[in-house]
Amino acid sequence: MRGDLTATTKSNPAAEVLWSVLAFAFLALAGYAALFVAPTELTMGVIQRIFYFHVPSFWTAFIAIATTTFGSFAFLKTRAMKWDWISVSAAELATAFLTIGLVTGPIWAKPVWGVWWAWDARTTSTFVLWAMYVSYLLLRTLVDEPERRALLSAVVAIFACLDVPLVYFSIWWFRTQHPQPVIGDGGYLDPRMTKVLLFCWGALVALFLIVVRQRYRLEKLRAEVDALRMEAERRGL
Amino acid sequence: MSLPRSTGVILAKELRVELRSRELLSTTLVFVLLVLVLFSFTFDPTSAEARRFGPGLLWLGLLFASSLMLQPSFVREQANDTLSALRMAPIEPFAILLGKIASNVIFLFFVELILLPIFAALYNLAVLPVLGRLLLVLFLGTVGLATTGTVFSAITAQARLRELLLPLLLFPLVAPVLIASTEATVGLLSPEAALDRVWLVFLIAFDVVFLTAAWLFGEYVFEE
Amino acid sequence: MICSHPAGLSLSFAAVEKRFGMRLALRGITLDIVSGEFVALVGANGSGKTTLLRIAALLMRPSAGKVRIGGEGTETGAGIRARCGLVSHATLLYDELTAEENLRFFARLYDLPKTAATCAAALDRVGLSPRARDLVRTFSRGMRQRLSLARAMLASPRLLLLDEPATGLDPAGQSWLGNEIARLHGEGCTILMSTHGQNEVQSAVTRAIRLESGAVAEDSGAHGDVRAILARGGVER
Repeated sequence: MRGDLTATTKSNPAAEVLWSVLAFAFLALAGYAALFVAPTELTMGVIQRIFYFHVPSFWTAFIAIATTTFGSFAFLKTRAMKWDWISVSAAELATAFLTIGLVTGPIWAKPVWGVWWAWDARTTSTFVLWAMYVSYLLLRTLVDEPERRALLSAVVAIFACLDVPLVYFSIWWFRTQHPQPVIGDGGYLDPRMTKVLLFCWGALVALFLIVVRQRYRLEKLRAEVDALRMEAERRGL
Repeated sequence: MSLPRSTGVILAKELRVELRSRELLSTTLVFVLLVLVLFSFTFDPTSAEARRFGPGLLWLGLLFASSLMLQPSFVREQANDTLSALRMAPIEPFAILLGKIASNVIFLFFVELILLPIFAALYNLAVLPVLGRLLLVLFLGTVGLATTGTVFSAITAQARLRELLLPLLLFPLVAPVLIASTEATVGLLSPEAALDRVWLVFLIAFDVVFLTAAWLFGEYVFEE
Repeated sequence: MICSHPAGLSLSFAAVEKRFGMRLALRGITLDIVSGEFVALVGANGSGKTTLLRIAALLMRPSAGKVRIGGEGTETGAGIRARCGLVSHATLLYDELTAEENLRFFARLYDLPKTAATCAAALDRVGLSPRARDLVRTFSRGMRQRLSLARAMLASPRLLLLDEPATGLDPAGQSWLGNEIARLHGEGCTILMSTHGQNEVQSAVTRAIRLESGAVAEDSGAHGDVRAILARGGVER
């Protein structure tokens, strides 16, 4: 790049559109499956169908969190900015999926169990996790220099990751000591339900992969524009 | 120079600087006291309720106080760039963090010691019979708060809006400490006066995990 | 004269670059400063002098390139840091402590033997003995600078880095500073000092380097025309 002042990030609009269309088709199919293919649950009725997106949202969020954590370790080890770009992209998506999960939860809970929020172990722990990631994103907006921002957020992400098991255990044990009337998603899953659940999860993972890639490209392009500007400045253009 | 010795030198300096001005200690003390009193207005402190809510409010108060008190520790090192002098010294980088963690533990614990009798009086709680174990829980919880708080205050010292950012980063992270310490305290103050083993081990685990994390990753926080 | 002091440390930069986000503060700096040299660093504000000094002090990581203190086979890490001193814009002193307490703290940190005697001697050398028990907060700029130099010299550094040390000093202070630095140089210490071209140590300087926009614009080398470069560095603002 130094030699000829051109960008290296290639763009292939046709492929981008194709992938996006495929992902959204997948999502649409998943939505259809959740609404029409899965059998209606006995006690909860139609509202239970939200479960097919509620639960996989959390699973996908965990994939995103694992990505951010891995990216943070990789950045500390290699100092290559691309790991920071991956980390922030995954972190934003983790927050998005956690938000979806935390919002669909009450939508499901209110008609079925009569309460918006149950303070059960899993939901409460996830709420704390969501708060950690929101504050991670906030930290990033408050540090201007890219290298320092990457370094500081990597450390925060690693601390957050170490805290996750501690958060879940402490809230779970607290709930065990102070049990509430059982509110949950029920134990038994009809095999058709399991299939639809996994299908929906697949759709969300596909969405995650598409969006994280676009977000990563955005960061990469930003960095490239900055580098080009600096190179031009250096040459006195 | 060995880690314990260099940490000791830095700790001594921290104590000396704070004892000279006493500004942090006094403001923290008053703040937690205020919080405790204000909290007591929100419910009727009858005996049973005080036992249930009191410890939680004490720990909440300490949490808020620590988020105020931890930031100045690093901002002080920015004023005359003494942080650079510390980093240039022939000591292990972790000694800087450890010295500050130790001093924060001491300051917070000191505040807690003064607050404990006041807390016991305000909420009519029988603290003396379980004093030893209660102090242990207080200490372990404080170490957890101070460790994570010190590392994060070193981070937020380099960000804008640091006084707002530190609580935002810290509170979700130390939620487990809040839960464990509160529950252990409630257990101690209950009629059975039992120290829950699970919470005790949990607090120790939290402290070990984050002290290790501070040791492994702490020095990245000072890099320029 | 019997030389009883260990040799000064050498300092070398190999293609050192430093980026702050979009801004390139140092570009391709390659320098070799040999043991015992007294190098004056001149240049306009923003030319990269402070950045260069902080990288030399190992406080800042270069974005590219390498810094090396001492030649082949010199120990790294804490051992090297013990023999470097820095005097910068900031005083690197604790306002809430007395002059004596400040020096004692650093003496202990550097594990110096006979702490009390060393500190008393250091205070005496900079003429601050009468104010030893006073808080640094009460000191004038000139006194703080003297104490700062005392702190930097406490561990008998073999590489002394100074960032515009004469700023804010009156002519008497400047000439005192010049004498002290020249004395250290006489003892074999390697000195790298950034200056706006003031004349306080012109006679002792063995080499002058002018920075412009983060790159080395002029380098007198070991035997070149030091005065000319200093003069040019002085008029540039």
